[in-house]
Amino acid sequence: MSTSTPAENDGAPVPGPAAPARPRPELPPAGQTPVGQRPHGGAGDRLRLWWDALARPAQWAFGAPFVLFIALLPILNIPVLTTVGTNFGAVMAQFGMYALIAIGLNVVVGQAGLLDLGYVGFYAIGAYTLAILTSPDSPWNVTQPEGWLSDDWAWLAVLPVAVAITAMSGLVLGSPTLRLRGDYLAIVTLGFGEIVRLLADNLDEITGGGQGLKSVAYPRLGVTEELPNGVFSAGNVGSTLNSGVWWFWLSLVFIIISLLLVGNLERSRVGRAWVAIREDEDAAEIMGVPTFKFKLWAFVIGASIGGVSGAIYAGQVQFVIPTNFNIINSVLFLCAVVLGGQGNKLGVILGAFIIVYLPNFFLGRTSLFGIPIDGNAIANYKYLFFGVALMVLMIFRPQGLIPVRQKLLTYGRELYVAARRTLAKMPDGGPQAAYATSAPASGTVGTVGTPGSSGPAPTGHGPDGPDENGATGNDTTDGGNR
Amino acid sequence: MLVHDVLAADPLIGFDLAALGRNFWALTVDGLTYGAVYALVAVGYTLVYGVLRLINFAHSEIFMLGMFGQYATLLALGFYPSGDAFDKGILLTVLYLGIAMIGGMVVAGGAAVGLERVAYRPLRKRGAPSLVFLITAIGASFVIQEFVHFVLPALTGGELGGVNAEQPIRLVEPEVQFQIFGANVTNVTLIIIFSALILALATDMFINRTKFGRGIRAVAQDPVTATLMGVSRERIIMLTFLIGGILAGAAALLYTLRVPNGIIYSGGFILGIKAFSAAVLGGIGNLRGALLGGLLLGVMENYGQVVFGTEWRDVVAFVLLIVVLMFRPTGILGESLGRARA
Amino acid sequence: MQRTARRTTGGLALALAATLAITACGTQSQGDNTGSTESSSETGTADLAIVPSVQIDIDGQEVPVETSGDPVDPAGDGTAECAEGTSIAMAGALTGPNAALGQNILYGAKVAVDAFNAANAGCQITIKEFDTEGDPQKATQVAPQIVGDASVIALLGPAFSGETSATGDVFSQAGLPSLSASATNPDITKNGWKTFFRGLANDAVQGPAVAKYMVDTLGYEKVCVVQDNSDYGVGLAKEITAGLGDAADDSCSAEVKVGDKDFAAATQLISSSDADAVFYAGYYAEAAPFAQQLRDAGVDIPFVSADGTNDPQFVTQAGAASKGAILSCPCGPAPDEFASAYEALNGQAPGVYSVEGYDLATIMLTGIASGVTDRAGMLDFVTNYDGEGLARTYKWDDTGELSSALIWIYEVK
Repeated sequence: MSTSTPAENDGAPVPGPAAPARPRPELPPAGQTPVGQRPHGGAGDRLRLWWDALARPAQWAFGAPFVLFIALLPILNIPVLTTVGTNFGAVMAQFGMYALIAIGLNVVVGQAGLLDLGYVGFYAIGAYTLAILTSPDSPWNVTQPEGWLSDDWAWLAVLPVAVAITAMSGLVLGSPTLRLRGDYLAIVTLGFGEIVRLLADNLDEITGGGQGLKSVAYPRLGVTEELPNGVFSAGNVGSTLNSGVWWFWLSLVFIIISLLLVGNLERSRVGRAWVAIREDEDAAEIMGVPTFKFKLWAFVIGASIGGVSGAIYAGQVQFVIPTNFNIINSVLFLCAVVLGGQGNKLGVILGAFIIVYLPNFFLGRTSLFGIPIDGNAIANYKYLFFGVALMVLMIFRPQGLIPVRQKLLTYGRELYVAARRTLAKMPDGGPQAAYATSAPASGTVGTVGTPGSSGPAPTGHGPDGPDENGATGNDTTDGGNR
Repeated sequence: MLVHDVLAADPLIGFDLAALGRNFWALTVDGLTYGAVYALVAVGYTLVYGVLRLINFAHSEIFMLGMFGQYATLLALGFYPSGDAFDKGILLTVLYLGIAMIGGMVVAGGAAVGLERVAYRPLRKRGAPSLVFLITAIGASFVIQEFVHFVLPALTGGELGGVNAEQPIRLVEPEVQFQIFGANVTNVTLIIIFSALILALATDMFINRTKFGRGIRAVAQDPVTATLMGVSRERIIMLTFLIGGILAGAAALLYTLRVPNGIIYSGGFILGIKAFSAAVLGGIGNLRGALLGGLLLGVMENYGQVVFGTEWRDVVAFVLLIVVLMFRPTGILGESLGRARA
Repeated sequence: MQRTARRTTGGLALALAATLAITACGTQSQGDNTGSTESSSETGTADLAIVPSVQIDIDGQEVPVETSGDPVDPAGDGTAECAEGTSIAMAGALTGPNAALGQNILYGAKVAVDAFNAANAGCQITIKEFDTEGDPQKATQVAPQIVGDASVIALLGPAFSGETSATGDVFSQAGLPSLSASATNPDITKNGWKTFFRGLANDAVQGPAVAKYMVDTLGYEKVCVVQDNSDYGVGLAKEITAGLGDAADDSCSAEVKVGDKDFAAATQLISSSDADAVFYAGYYAEAAPFAQQLRDAGVDIPFVSADGTNDPQFVTQAGAASKGAILSCPCGPAPDEFASAYEALNGQAPGVYSVEGYDLATIMLTGIASGVTDRAGMLDFVTNYDGEGLARTYKWDDTGELSSALIWIYEVK
């Protein structure tokens, strides 16, 4: 998981426990060191530092307008951004579901370091639970007229059931297989994804088999004269506020909820355990982390977020059929996480956006900034491009577009504030000097090596106290994720 | 409708042991035929895993390229699509089969080495962790499939590749030769099983008896010491990919003898996963384990299909994999190419 | 090192030689056993063709053949006039795992459009492609754009039942006629949409008719029904099994997957049963290897299938194994010129639904040639259409199902 390579370690020996609060004169100037060893001093890192140092209400104050802007994207109709060949609102709706999936998969792959190639199975279970309980074709339909559940509330009422069942499936898959490591786990989960799809295909008395289940329930909201089935129905097209936009907004709500949930978990004991497992499972076990339990937690939480996304999917398209839960989807989900930067919640959302948006961007487009292009042909080759992008990315930037950086998990804000204050005081010293001279050493602070973090600690990218811990963390990373 | 109504109306999963009893030997013979193909492909996975600790996820596409390689060779020899060329006489048939097999081996072996150079070597130079290798392999798998899907037909004027399966060229007409316990054994079955056996023996001898093979085992056991002892790790890795590719190319020809209509861009994927399962089943990194696992998987899959219903074939394979991994995580014969001699 | 290399090469050569020798044995014995290898190869696929034999009604009874007209030529009489930019849309899976079907439809339609544009200088039609990847969700993204494009006056697609269900409301509200070449779910036409037309047979007619024909006329007492997992295959198999009644043998019924190429266990089940015939509910892409493997395994009972298999490609791919296969179809005999035109234009052989794509595009083009300029006019034209296509007679009832109830029985010989 970590990209701190032996070569890099050779080039930059891991420092011993340096005396705190002593400047480091031997730091190489930024920009002249190889990429892997460059100190974190770019614009992105300044932004991160600024953000991490903000008080929570201030973070909300900056975050809310940004989220609002994202939410309004499909309505604003920005010229080049808006897709031509497809409906932008509906594209954003799909992005919303992929973003949810990316957040869920990120818990498993990015945070706990368990490679899951069968994540589409959870997505399918979420979708199928909703469909089986609300489609009139299924024998277990609970909606009216045969059942007792009113159509208006069916989607919302079944959603928790779908999440619970998906979480349970995570438990069922996880408990026998999580004893396996690395590549073995990847293949077993891949098998699991296929088994779920084949079950959906073969158990045709319940799932409809190859004929699928149709007329799945969806929220009946905003029923008017023109929209007898509400704003979420597929019939709501034409206007700017079409059903796609509504589904996008709905998934945005769930994205924010799961971000809060996952973010809090990340900062809690659970999150620290995940990081420990990811970096070195054996060491974590020896240090008293109940690894199996926390791996199972990651699986269950990841699965249930996938289940939410599946339920939204089933509601939007109102039709589920096994062919839409192919292995290729699993790979695309993984693509989103890896592309964005595994371990980084916002990164994987960006990854999801790219995976969904980019092919649609080219579809139907005949010119770009005045240059004539054949957008359809480009879009046809998208899987080829995804493949090439994955290979190139893995060679040159395995940590993803927005890599996750070492971050203080506990009491972090105080330190970041201190670091920023010193930075402001010493304008030409650069962030490294600031770090090196400022922050108090604190025994309570835990910091950890992270997946794809670019290189080991000796370049001094953190307050000195934690740097010690960071260095130790890096010592252990090489053995992680076999 | 309540749960028990559904279940009573028609059992969701059939269970028919009697059918298995009736067809046991026929299923065994046929399963061994498929198993032989799995085994040859599995060797490619197992060798690479043994040497590099890497799941070469794109090996299935190497096999697929092998199918196209032997097909293109046959086209170049003047055969035409959908021609049953049963009239060539024995010697010529053998000659053509041999040339086609070499064609498949060259394409698949070349592709495997190319894949190693383009995709994996840069990563090794950077000392990337295994997850990065796996994701690269998935990317490479996409690229090769889409290449055959879209680019190859454009390059060959529609002769090869595209969305539909290639029309078969058949050189050998299946004829029943003799029976074992009532099970028909055809000439195709014999060709596949014996060819696979010879190739497997040759590979086993190559790994265990030659200097190159010793190099492979040395690198698998301890790369650092092997390098110190003068073994060129890079060359050994290339050789490993080459052998895997060659065997996949040979397996491709054998597979198309049995399933002439299987030549399609997506035709390698599931077979590759099965072959990998076979390798894991026998103990990945273990050459003889891969061979055993392949035969076992082929046979079990056939039994399972008859007992539970033909639609459960892939489920049987995956469940078998999961169960074996749960109870014996290192496979039947255990891991390690280095100790594979025993 | 050098010596080892030579030894290795020698070893490989030895292995190869041994392989060849074994192969020789195999072929040798083949020659010994049959002694007629040469003659069997002479019956190549060149002289095999799907030949119409009888026409039956819904009860499986033979009915006298009515003379049916020639298939409609998309080129028309070459005098069509239309507004510049008039276009038809095609929506379906053009990329992704289900791309084959979508591309087959698109390429088929292109053959028709190409012929039309070449013949009618005064009317150049463009075909706009909308890729859904076969995913209902992607279809919901594409559908508003199709509806919003005023130059599109008819839609070929959506290709699959799922995407059709997800987007039917959209097209219905916009009044855009959508002619699907491949959506076979029986429930689609029960939604009350006035704009949806299914371009292939309703299984509820074909299934019972063929089942009764097999039992009553051909006299089969035990039939193995094998189905694939497409909704066409599942739906047809249900109808056939119900129609066969007691003649359907459950012990040798099997289910395969679309994309499967080897059918060892299904073949074995059938060969160990004493069935009179095999019915395959699915497409020729699987039917061809299946038929071949049945023959290879020495099963020589009749192979019966329906319109999904009734395609020259079945004969091409299955070769001599297709001989004697009985194929039903609610369609007239298809000419060979289509295949050559298709291959010349698209660089590959036609596939499943290519013919339907061509036929449905032809209907749209005929409408444009007759003076239709907008969606309402096209809807009216298609609703009242009655004409012969390559694949079948096209005439729809008021739900959008094909209404021709007569089924042709073909034989490969």
